[in-house]
Amino acid sequence: MPTVSMTVNGQPAAGEVEGRTLLVEFLREHLGLTGTHVGCDTSQCGACVVHVDGKSVKSCTLLAVQAVGTEVTTIEGLATNGTLHPVQAAFKEHHGLQCGFCTPGMVMSAVDLLSQNASPSEPEIREWLEGNICRCTGYHNIVKAIDAAAQAMKG
Amino acid sequence: MYNFNYYRPLSLEEAAQVLSAASDGKLMSGGMTLIPTLKQRLANPSDLVDLSEIADLSGIEAKGDTVVIGATTTHAEVADSEVVKSQIPALAALAESIGDPQVRNRGTIGGSIANNDPAADYPAGLLGLGATIKTDRRQIPADDFFTGMFETALEEGEIVTAVSVPIPKKAAYAKFPNPASRYAIVGVMVAQGPAGTRVAVTGAGPGVFRVAKMETALEKNFSANAIEGISVPAKGLNADMHASADYRAHLVGVMARRAVTAAG
Repeated sequence: MPTVSMTVNGQPAAGEVEGRTLLVEFLREHLGLTGTHVGCDTSQCGACVVHVDGKSVKSCTLLAVQAVGTEVTTIEGLATNGTLHPVQAAFKEHHGLQCGFCTPGMVMSAVDLLSQNASPSEPEIREWLEGNICRCTGYHNIVKAIDAAAQAMKG
Repeated sequence: MYNFNYYRPLSLEEAAQVLSAASDGKLMSGGMTLIPTLKQRLANPSDLVDLSEIADLSGIEAKGDTVVIGATTTHAEVADSEVVKSQIPALAALAESIGDPQVRNRGTIGGSIANNDPAADYPAGLLGLGATIKTDRRQIPADDFFTGMFETALEEGEIVTAVSVPIPKKAAYAKFPNPASRYAIVGVMVAQGPAGTRVAVTGAGPGVFRVAKMETALEKNFSANAIEGISVPAKGLNADMHASADYRAHLVGVMARRAVTAAG
């Protein structure tokens, strides 16, 4: 079986996987990082979004072997010393979640958006969330949270 | 998903070698179509050859009166490229309209055209712009490359390395997307330039096709009015839960006129 090694949330991570092992399976089952969720398993819902080399991707549609040598960031890697990332804090503050299942993917997707576009308009935020599905909130508070995070990050 | 051997070669030569040694090898780039296909057990390759680490295959460059895009360049890279945005904005907009941001961060132009999904955007883009597809063996004009539903002129083991797109005088892509997948129910690229006046349609039929009558009319008068009365027969067009053949035929006219108006 192939051995894979990558950096996950700043720490080296390695394991033996099958060629067909998905990145999300490696994260959840081998590393115990269960913050990344599997929703649809068909690359549509975005619950599994993580960052690979700084770009948001759907970890249910990426093989663990494809991520060899990359830097992976999951929802567990966002907070620093117990302080929530501004996007996490804004989701909490603005009630950008109800059941919470889609939230890790929403947050990781939003962080990628704000890294490219520090002041997205509301339509730009909604357009960006094309690949993240939430069945509870109607998106309104998610959009509000991302807008608030953008303001907060500008200081 | 059935298991397979996985390789990530660092050169084209090595990729071709691994592929030819495999009993049933398959090339992969972003994997945005292949991995879902494997999950559904619709394919069972013995070996996957991942092209993503071959350095020469990625990148965008203006070369004379063309823009050359490496096969493993992602949709996000095409959409964000200053070269593409300034020289062929219609192609940047087309790339931006594919899937969602996460899919665009992984999916590649070479993978899209080698797969030739009848509802994919790039086949219409490249056929409409009169591009040339470069492989490790030869150069293939887009007119000869897209041969049918999920079929291309690629031979066994042949690897797409880049596409060369002539810079048009004007061009635009108009798409009526499936609201869930954003695949084209109908998408039309209209272009006028060194490759002539072209109208290429994706999503409507079993494969991308050109509409000669519209091209002739636009040649004389590049305006939406000029193609107002030209319809595409519904016979042979796709019909599914998303749209009937008649509706798709209607949409071809609507999207073509919108594209012409947008191209200006």
